[in-house]
Amino acid sequence: MANWVRISSRSIGNHIRKRMNQGFIGSAVDINKSSGSSSALHGGRTVCDRNRRYLNSLPWNRATLFWFQRFKSTVAEKQQDSFLSSDTDDDQLSLDFPGGKVSYTSDMNFISESSQTRVPCYRVLDDDGELIKDTDFQQVSKEAAVKMYSKMVNLQIMDTIFYEAQRQGRISFYLTSAGEEAINIASAAALTEQDIILPQYREPGVLLWRGFTLQEFADQCFGNKADYGKGRQMPIHYGSKKHNFFTISSPIATQLPQAAGIAYSLKMDNKKACVVSYIGDGGTSEGDFHAGLNFAAVMEAPVIFFCRNNGWAISTNVWEQFRSDGIVVKGRAYGIRSIRVDGNDALAVYTAVSAAREMAVNEQRPILIEALTYRVGHHSTSDDSTKYRQSDEIVYWKNARNPVNRFRNWVQSNGWWSDQQETQLRSSVRKQVIISLIGLDIHNLHFFSDT
Amino acid sequence: MLGIVRQKMLEQSLKKIRPAVAVLRSYSSAAKQMNVREALNSALNEEMSADSKVFLIGEEVGEYQGAYKITKGLLDKYGTERVLDTPITEAGFAGIAVGAAYYGLKPVVEFMTFNFSMQAIDHIINSAAKSNYMSAGQISVPIVFRGPNGAAAGVGAQHSQCYAAWYATCPGLKVLTPYNSEDARGLLKAAIRDPDPVVFLENELLYGESFPISNEVLDSSFCLPIGKAKIERKGKHVTIAAYSKMVGYSLKAAEILEKDGIDAEVINLRSIRPLDRSTINDSVRKTNRLVTVEEAFPQHGVGAEICACVVEESFAYLDAPVERIAGADVPMPYAANLERMAVPQVEDIVRAAKRACYRSVPNEAQHCWEGAASF
Repeated sequence: MANWVRISSRSIGNHIRKRMNQGFIGSAVDINKSSGSSSALHGGRTVCDRNRRYLNSLPWNRATLFWFQRFKSTVAEKQQDSFLSSDTDDDQLSLDFPGGKVSYTSDMNFISESSQTRVPCYRVLDDDGELIKDTDFQQVSKEAAVKMYSKMVNLQIMDTIFYEAQRQGRISFYLTSAGEEAINIASAAALTEQDIILPQYREPGVLLWRGFTLQEFADQCFGNKADYGKGRQMPIHYGSKKHNFFTISSPIATQLPQAAGIAYSLKMDNKKACVVSYIGDGGTSEGDFHAGLNFAAVMEAPVIFFCRNNGWAISTNVWEQFRSDGIVVKGRAYGIRSIRVDGNDALAVYTAVSAAREMAVNEQRPILIEALTYRVGHHSTSDDSTKYRQSDEIVYWKNARNPVNRFRNWVQSNGWWSDQQETQLRSSVRKQVIISLIGLDIHNLHFFSDT
Repeated sequence: MLGIVRQKMLEQSLKKIRPAVAVLRSYSSAAKQMNVREALNSALNEEMSADSKVFLIGEEVGEYQGAYKITKGLLDKYGTERVLDTPITEAGFAGIAVGAAYYGLKPVVEFMTFNFSMQAIDHIINSAAKSNYMSAGQISVPIVFRGPNGAAAGVGAQHSQCYAAWYATCPGLKVLTPYNSEDARGLLKAAIRDPDPVVFLENELLYGESFPISNEVLDSSFCLPIGKAKIERKGKHVTIAAYSKMVGYSLKAAEILEKDGIDAEVINLRSIRPLDRSTINDSVRKTNRLVTVEEAFPQHGVGAEICACVVEESFAYLDAPVERIAGADVPMPYAANLERMAVPQVEDIVRAAKRACYRSVPNEAQHCWEGAASF
């Protein structure tokens, strides 16, 4: 039931109506609750609640009403009457279609495929770990910061040694999260134990944060009798019911619609928790990405979609993966609030995930976070990335843009960490990792002597 | 690679005298060795060179030289117009390829493993396989879907399933399962030249295996017929029908059986759809006993189909019940000891052949898959 636009003279009434309809459509509908057009708006189902909810989601709602009130007193009675009967005149400059009123234009303009500038990236610390002036961020206590940093080091060392273990033939397969330690730990730190995690495969740090021990990681990789999976799963396919961490599943992006479903069940149970699902830049090309985000938006499910845009999907770089401005711009296509953060900045990730969690749980809506980062390691032990990318690019990101060093600088500059603690931590973690692999503390082995 | 060198030498003359249909010749004793990877690579290369409509599409097929290096060197030779690296979306690129095939191109779609083809199976079945029939022959879909299929080593449940039986159910599809390098070359060429959709199921563990290969096979016009099985080893006491990696196991089992006085005939099925019913039945009518071997799950499998074919056509010739060897009826476990128990081993084939020959007590609990399922 489209009300066709009539070309009319530029009366004051028209001018007002035009202003009213450009962006203030919702309030016009609400005020004219009795009018027929509100039912057409929602395909015949006139639900005042639906209108109200739609209105509440518009940030300019109150301002609109105020504006309208102001105008009411100055608009001539004739125009006011004709405005209030919205059946015909109201729609002169807008079209009624399923999905809502939309204003029309006689200028044919294609929306550009990209905006002039890329969506900016939120960061709190600069490359050297110094706080950027006047920046907005969630303060972290000393204990929390030290814990975050220690876990980042844990992850780094576990990755290094387990990767070597695969090379030595001790385990059959491994995949590192090198370069993404801040994403792993800081995102986990911003959540609660009740939040449910659906990982892709480069997020063992989240499980590490929640208390999965190095021994449990090693057992899973070995597939030995202590493995909770009883040797059924390939290495790195961790899962833990008690830590609310869903087992890693090989097919890409299948976790996204599943996350929307789990979030919906949390919503039905009125739980004060959300789901966090991780995906890489490559995984966003899968059909399940579309299904997952679209459904989460429609169901108003409390799920955070965390995309680790590390630039590479095995050998496919992002230019060959998609032509949009990264992943963040896709959020709007689904009606999902989104943000782009510097994935190598632990504080920025922490702040963004905290805020996202607030919104997801309190407003029952999905959120999309795109964390820009770089995959320092190879895709997995079955890959040699020097075959398709420059070694100096890898070295640059490994050193100059290292997230662990960056966060360390900040923690140390607050007086919360020292070089001595650093050495102690690293050697103790190394020892624990090796014990988990071979069951022996090699540092305490006594070799033969002559006596 | 021998194939490419030879092809370059014969390129000029072959372009003029290439026969429309490849003629089967009996092969002289082989002098050269070629592994399955090289066989597939050379077949792709030759077909792409011969027909400019042939193109490759899949994840990592170009820059990375192929996830298993099957498409090595092809991007450099043919360029980005004919070797397409895709974003990660099996449903996406399978759909794109089917569309290209509708329009007349000849795509060769690579799935990193056929486990991931499940994300694209609607395109394979509903868009590719059924179109020719649904359009009363007006639409032809000359597409090939290829990639590793079945169990590899230590890759767990989501990377180890065999899809031969699934795809072979569907009319409109051809399903091929090469075993050695000769099969790989001949069947892939036949598949690419075929005007209908073909599912080409390779095996990751066979990629590196070398086989002796004759000059006829190296010829760029070499082609094997689709729907014909090959008798790899002639015998007279029991027929062992297998495909892909299990052909190798069956041949080893036949050597062991020979020492016990059992002369086994080993059939390399090569083609699961259409199944070479006549070769299987002729063999069973000769030996009167049949063992089918597959790595896949037992229920509704290729072995079940073969058994039904034989019962339908040669029931009176059977002197013993058909023995079916298949993988364990469980999702493939990862741990090496469990994985070994979940796939058929040579000893299982030997035992089944002996049971079929009434040389050992028939015992249900000895069946590979039933025993393994109890853990």
